[in-house]
Amino acid sequence: MGYIDTLKLGDKVATREAYGKALCELGETEDFVVLDADLAEATKTCYFKKAFPDRFFDCGIAEGNMIGVAAGLAAAGRRVFASSFAMFAAGRAFEQIRNSVAYPRLNVNVCATHAGITVGEDGATHQCLEDLALMRTLPGMTVINPSDAVEGALALKAVLELDTPCYVRYGRYAVPVIHDPATYKFELGKADPVREGSDATIIATGIMVAMAMEAAEKLAAEGISVRVLNMHTIKPLDVAAVEAAARETGAIVTAEEHNIIGGLGSAVAEAVGETCPVPVLRVGVADEFGRSGKVPPLLELYGLTAEKIIEKVKDSITLK
Amino acid sequence: METATLSHLQHQAAMIRLGILDGTHAASSGHPGGSLSIADILSYLYFAEMRVDPANPAWEDRDRLVLSKGHAAPALYAALACRGYFPFEDLKTLRRVDSCLQGHPDMKHIPGVDMSSGSLGQGISAACGMALAAKLAGKDYRVYTIVGDGESEEGQVWEALMFAARYDLDNLCVIFDWNGLQIDGPIDQIVNPAPYDKKLEGFGFHVINMDAHDFGQIENAFSEAKTVKGRPTAVIAKSIKGKGVSYMENQVKWHGSAPNDELYAKAVEEIKAQL
Repeated sequence: MGYIDTLKLGDKVATREAYGKALCELGETEDFVVLDADLAEATKTCYFKKAFPDRFFDCGIAEGNMIGVAAGLAAAGRRVFASSFAMFAAGRAFEQIRNSVAYPRLNVNVCATHAGITVGEDGATHQCLEDLALMRTLPGMTVINPSDAVEGALALKAVLELDTPCYVRYGRYAVPVIHDPATYKFELGKADPVREGSDATIIATGIMVAMAMEAAEKLAAEGISVRVLNMHTIKPLDVAAVEAAARETGAIVTAEEHNIIGGLGSAVAEAVGETCPVPVLRVGVADEFGRSGKVPPLLELYGLTAEKIIEKVKDSITLK
Repeated sequence: METATLSHLQHQAAMIRLGILDGTHAASSGHPGGSLSIADILSYLYFAEMRVDPANPAWEDRDRLVLSKGHAAPALYAALACRGYFPFEDLKTLRRVDSCLQGHPDMKHIPGVDMSSGSLGQGISAACGMALAAKLAGKDYRVYTIVGDGESEEGQVWEALMFAARYDLDNLCVIFDWNGLQIDGPIDQIVNPAPYDKKLEGFGFHVINMDAHDFGQIENAFSEAKTVKGRPTAVIAKSIKGKGVSYMENQVKWHGSAPNDELYAKAVEEIKAQL
């Protein structure tokens, strides 16, 4: 029985946990190297470290060097995963990822945890709300934001099969399992159709997918039929699914645990603008920094809720 | 060193210098000063030291060179051309929009370039990754990286040095091109990284000092580096920026500007006199 088979719908599991467990499981049959920057206990690469100490290298608190080392390993033909918090992987080491990994198109998988506001108490300096924007501007970079533990584990397997640079975004906070591990098929670059609907479409990513499902349920009770797409792959974006949503439902609301600038909302707006212009409203952090706090009040404070999505869906329909 | 070997290395170094001048003159841009300072080291590495096969640039067991100071690309390209990776004539296409010879090294399109580099401080980290990969695979190839003295103001260089020492990368040789000048002036007037030897010893390296333009010393340094086990080696290469072209030597203005037709002709004349 594999790790994802231990997961059940509704379980609350942080996607970082799925990352760590899936990495360790894949390590049994696949030959790759894992790097971390003194955060193995937090990023959950600690499981791999314990099981395969000969293939784990702690680079210390030096993320720029870690990415460079990953690039060198990849240039010498090794598959490699490099982990840190999103802030320090995509943020601090952005230029190393750009010039040492993306430009030479090396097979490095940057798996960042502690993305978004759900870092919680550590506050703004550690709550990365810009990583999707930064990573998706890089040519040839695949960017994935899993919505739950099942998808987090399956995404890892998918990126291992790619030989180009990848960024996978994981979270610290325990979130509900929304995919049935027995039946869910993760297809990289293809939107996961969560719910059919005709009045508008919610395109959500990461932890916001569960909230989008809740919002759609409540809207249905009010007689509003909403399609929900889980956009786990931010890049390459499933433009066909976005265009179909625009054409068939006439209004779109995006939802992401990220600044509304540059992430999923921007990617969708770009695609909609170029294929089938319709209203696109964005739910996300409204160009602000985060702050310390428990996760539920933070989500409330920054408007990352099903209620906010419902409000935006209604607004989007009035704009049709 | 045997006279014939010395003469061969000197000849290749002069050819590398000609290639640097051909490229930067044709491009009307580029970095001749810091390229000329490493010409002798590259001559030795590519013609006497490194296990490479120009017919098979991707050979898994080859020794690798990462030019961390990527702006010295004209020197690397010239060395690769001299070694037979591509025609010497191609050097004149440096930085041209239809050429593969990018302003800074591009591993995807230039035969023989082992790592894309140019953003300072990054190449040495990649070199560490390659050296680690060799250890993991049980291969005996060696990895050389050339870091600029100005480049060593980047914190990432010291992150990489700590990593190399921590993981006992004795197959890694870090060459510091100590030519003493950076864009804004003499390095000791900017943010002086000296003394290198004491710092590098403190960082866990076996340290070798050499004159970057004396082939006897270069040979001794790289021979010694290969015998060091259990820790990486740093070669502090005291060099002259612009070496070999009289009016460029120790002149900071030749860090990043190319000679015009007249000065190019003068430089070529000086180098050809060494052939």
